[in-house]
Parts: sequence; structure tokens; C-alpha cells
Amino acid sequence: MAENQLNQKPVESSGLMSWIDARFPATETFEYHMSKYYAPKNVNWLYLFGWLATFVLVNQLITGIWLTMNYVPSGDAAFASVEYIMRDVEFGWLIRYLHSTGASAFFLVVFLHMFRALAYGSYRGPRELVWLIGMAIFAVLMIEGFFGYLLPWGNMSYWGAQVIVSLVGAVPVVGPDLMEWVRGDFLMSDVALNRFFALHVVALPIVLLGLVFVHFVSLHHVGSNNPDGIEIKKNKDENGVPLDGIPFFPYIVVHDVDATVRFLFVFCLVVFFAPEMGGYFIEKPNFEVANPLKTPDHIAPVWYFTPYYAMLRAATFPLFGMDAKFWGLVTMGAAVIIPAALPWLDRSPVKSMRYKGWPSRIALGALCVSFIVLGWLGLQPATKTYTMLAQLFTLLYFAYFVLMPWYTRVEQTKPEPERVT
Amino acid sequence: MKRLARLFVSLAMIGLFVGAPFSWSAAKNDWPMEAFEPDLTNLPSLQNGFKLYANYCLGCHGLQYQRYGRTADDLGIPRELALETVVFTGQKIGELMTTSMDPEQAKAWFGATPPDLTLEARLRSPEWIYNYLKTFYVDDSRPLGVNNGVYPNVGMPNVLLGLQGVQRYDQASGKLFVEEGSGSLTPEEFDVAIYDLSNFLYYVGEPSRLERQRLGIYVLLFLVILGTFTFLLNREFEKDVH
Repeated sequence: MAENQLNQKPVESSGLMSWIDARFPATETFEYHMSKYYAPKNVNWLYLFGWLATFVLVNQLITGIWLTMNYVPSGDAAFASVEYIMRDVEFGWLIRYLHSTGASAFFLVVFLHMFRALAYGSYRGPRELVWLIGMAIFAVLMIEGFFGYLLPWGNMSYWGAQVIVSLVGAVPVVGPDLMEWVRGDFLMSDVALNRFFALHVVALPIVLLGLVFVHFVSLHHVGSNNPDGIEIKKNKDENGVPLDGIPFFPYIVVHDVDATVRFLFVFCLVVFFAPEMGGYFIEKPNFEVANPLKTPDHIAPVWYFTPYYAMLRAATFPLFGMDAKFWGLVTMGAAVIIPAALPWLDRSPVKSMRYKGWPSRIALGALCVSFIVLGWLGLQPATKTYTMLAQLFTLLYFAYFVLMPWYTRVEQTKPEPERVT
Repeated sequence: MKRLARLFVSLAMIGLFVGAPFSWSAAKNDWPMEAFEPDLTNLPSLQNGFKLYANYCLGCHGLQYQRYGRTADDLGIPRELALETVVFTGQKIGELMTTSMDPEQAKAWFGATPPDLTLEARLRSPEWIYNYLKTFYVDDSRPLGVNNGVYPNVGMPNVLLGLQGVQRYDQASGKLFVEEGSGSLTPEEFDVAIYDLSNFLYYVGEPSRLERQRLGIYVLLFLVILGTFTFLLNREFEKDVH
């Protein structure tokens, strides 16, 4: 619908709206992004998670602002201020649990959102930029989650941050100095807490909002993909409306609102009845204040980092004169970044898994299995067997990407339909 | 300072790669744990736990994040009565339940500062507290003459000795037994006292727990009603899509 914008056709409105429209593109924007934005009519439940991620983002922003009103970013007072919020602030416990559960929910919906893109080839042209911006959002989200996790200043917060920041020390030559620079001290202290706080509540949310905005803009420019992986814009009626499209407003909006209520039901089950989620959302050692002299028995990151953490630990041997820790860092970084290359790795003539061959399906299944197994391994102590398993599944994880140009080219695909099914 | 930094990094790495195999399983003790089912609706139990805590524990272990007034209100104790019966420090009712013990001196006496217990039930578990408090036994090899089944070689004296009496550990059976008549409470009464104390610490760990669950039911009910309408609305709109 870029044509409409370029045509500069006057939009139809009257009264107050016409006064506003003459000065601000209110109706035009609403039509462009809502009432005349056409989404494929065959989208399924996997298409809900983009919207749900936005919804959780809003939850994080609002509860985050309220938490900031009583949180004190200082080594002496942070832990106590969280307990003050939990006990003395009216509904402080609710705000805090909404935020802590929201963090886990955010990653859950984002993982499912990304799975959808893999399954239906949403990263393929013309949506490469939508995908790349999404990958940037994911990277920023991980950093945001990492910074936020230090703020309660519990012992697991402290040691988790200590372990991850110490990874910077594995960078060749400048590592140790870089690590000191990142921490601003010789160990995790007030200085790190304060800068993590500033980045978590101001800098990264601004970056995140900016990226989400351009994610939407680029998506609405090219239009949503669908489970068939074909372009609905190829078949339009005489008015230029895609034959297989339905207006985002009201149809998709009503659908999303209904789905949001279901999501909220599950979300509230956790918030009100299992906010610690058995130690997975709020880890037990975090009920003890940060103590530089007392390492928790077993340092494990929160569940959404564990697949990457397992890959970090899977590198156990030095190579090319660099030590294992460095290669762990490289492996973890590569695991986060490599999906960004997908638009150019996938050589299949079709986009959707519905029309791809068995090799693609097995590869995606193997990716999901290895991601879940690595997630579990990241929570376990690194025994010899577990480390070997982690190495195996790390290879499997990377095989999905590295072998993609090959298996997507050689496999038998089915013909795509002309119209959505 | 550089060396110190390196030490911390190495410690972290040790925790990561070497310490990990010893993990939670090592932290867990083999001591057979008795089941413990906390009950936050049992106000007399919580009140008794509060009284026991103020009399036997608060001297060394503060509850520095919890306030007297809120505790009294939640437990159904009139504030005047609470001031008389559980506030021994001359503090005001709205103040935090801190301990008067000097942490530095305490460290010199016991080898470690007695930890604050506000979140102990969440850090370990109420079940752990219940079993820990019941398994002190005479052990002459320890500096304070007592050892503990759940937390071996703990630095804490057996504060509840007067109530429980002398408890010994029988190597052959691996069981604990109390010398009859040596304590002011019978074994059954002692069990109840420890239950109340553990129950109280469970409450202190998260004083809003009951309110959270009560509110949660209303929120879920509201979502079911709202969800019915959004479902019907969505179904109506879906009829337009062919």
C-alpha cells in the first residue's frame, strides 16, 4: 500500500478528524497500519506470538516504571529495596511478580515467534530486513534480560553476572582490561550495579522500542507471511485489495485480543500461584543477598539463557593457541548471531515447511530438540557425560544452519499453491 | 588488586566448571527429612511461632525486612498486645524486626554471623527449617557440644534445649532419641512448637502469599468472563472470513 502514500490521495474524513488529518496523518496512518493493512486470512495460532511479545513488552515497561519508583540501585540497599517492594509497597509483590514472570514470558513468546519464522520461511525475501531487525531485537532483549537479572542483587544475580562478565576477559590481548572496563571495578560492585541499572531502565528500553518500531514498519511495508509461504499480494482484486487478505482492523485485532485473554490466564496462573516456578523463574539462591565471598553451590543462569550457556560450556579444549574459554565465548556468540544469516542460507524454491522436503523437516526438528536439550543441560552440573552431550547437541544446533544451503537445494519439494489454503 | 580480581574470576570459573558437579546434590544432606505441610490459615500456630521466634531466635537472627506491625496485623494480634508480648527491644510497632546483636561480636563468638532469617524459608524450604530445628543432638567433639543432623557441623548452639531436652544420636540405628523428662515439653508438644516456628518462618518469607492466592482467584474468574465475551466476539468476526 505504499502506492496510496505516494499518491497523496486525500483521505476521507469529516469534522474534527478532517481538522486533525490536515495537520497530522491520523486517518492515513490508521488505514495504512490497521484498517487497510491486509493480513493473510490463513494465519494460524503461531502468528499470535509477535503480538503477545509486544503485549509483554508493554507489561515490562509499565511494571518496570513502577518498580523503579521504589527500587534503590546500590549494593547496600538494592536487595532490601526489593523486599521493601515485596512487603511494604501496596501491591508491590504483584508489580514485581508481573515483571519477573514477564521476563520469562517474553523469552517464551519470542522463541515461539522465531520458531514460526523458521517453520514458514518468514525470513525469506522480501522479509530479510524484518528478520534482521528481529534478530537485533532478540540480541538486545538478551542483554536487557542479563542486566535486569543483576538488579535484585541476590547471590545468584551477583555470581551469574560475575561469570558472564568474566567471559569478556577471554577476548585476546585486551580481555582483562576490557573486563575491568565493563565492570568499572576489580569485581562486581556498586559501579556495575549502577551502570546495569541505567542501561536496563533507560538505554536499552529506548533501543528496544526503536527496533520494535522499525520491525513493524518494515513488516507492514512487505506484509505478513503465512503458513503457505506464498505472497497474497500477487492476487489482488480491482481495488488493489489482496484476495486472500483480511483487514488487520478489526479482524486480526479482535482475534489477538481474544488470544491475549487466554495468554493472560496462563500468565496469571504463574504470577498468582507459582511466581517462582519451582526455582526456574526466580532461583532459590537469589533469596540471599549478594555475597562476593560466597559462591552458590551451582551457578545456573535463568532458563532462557541455558541453551546458550550449555554451548558456552561445551567448548572445553584450547584451539589455535586460544584457550577453551575464548572458544566458548565464540560458540555462544555464534549461536545467537547465526540465525541472522538464514535468508541467505535457505536455497529452497519454497518458503514454507508445508512444501519443503523431509530433510528440512528433520533439520528443524533436530534444531528444536537440540535447543531444548541444551536448555536442560545448561541447568545441570557439567559432568563428563553432560559435557559430551552438550558438545553433540551444539554440533546439531549449528548443523541446521551450516548444512542448510545443501539440504534445501537437494531435497524434493512440493509445488506451492497459487492461493492460500 | 589485579590479583584479587583474578582470584574472583578463578573462583567464578571454579564454581562453573569444577564446583558444578558437586552442585545441589552435595548441598542436600542425606538425612531423612520428615514431611512438613505449612498452613498459613492456622493463625494460632503462626501466633505461637511468632512468640517462640521473639523469645528464642530474634536475639541473634533478625527479620530485617519484616515489620512488627504488619506481622501482628496479618496474624490477628492486636498491636498493643504485640508491643507487650513480642517487642522486647523498645522499638516502635512499625519498625523492622532487627536483632540487637552486634554482627562483628557474633562472628567472633560463633565463627559466623547468625544469618537474617526473613527469607530462609524461601532460600532453603520450610521443610528444611522444620527438620533442622528438630535434629540437634549432643556431640562432645563440637565446640558448643552439639551437632545437627540436617546441617552437620553447624556453628549454632542448641537454643531449644530447654524445651526439647537432651537429644542423642544412636550410631547403631542412625536415629535420634530424647532423654525422657529432660525437657520442659513432651516430644509431641515440642513437635508442635517446631511446626509453629517453621510455619511462622514460612509466613515471614512471603507475607503476601495468602493475599496473592486470594486475589489470583478473582483475577482468573474475571479473565474467564472476559474471555467468554472476547471468544464470542471473535467468533462473530470470523464468520466474515471465507
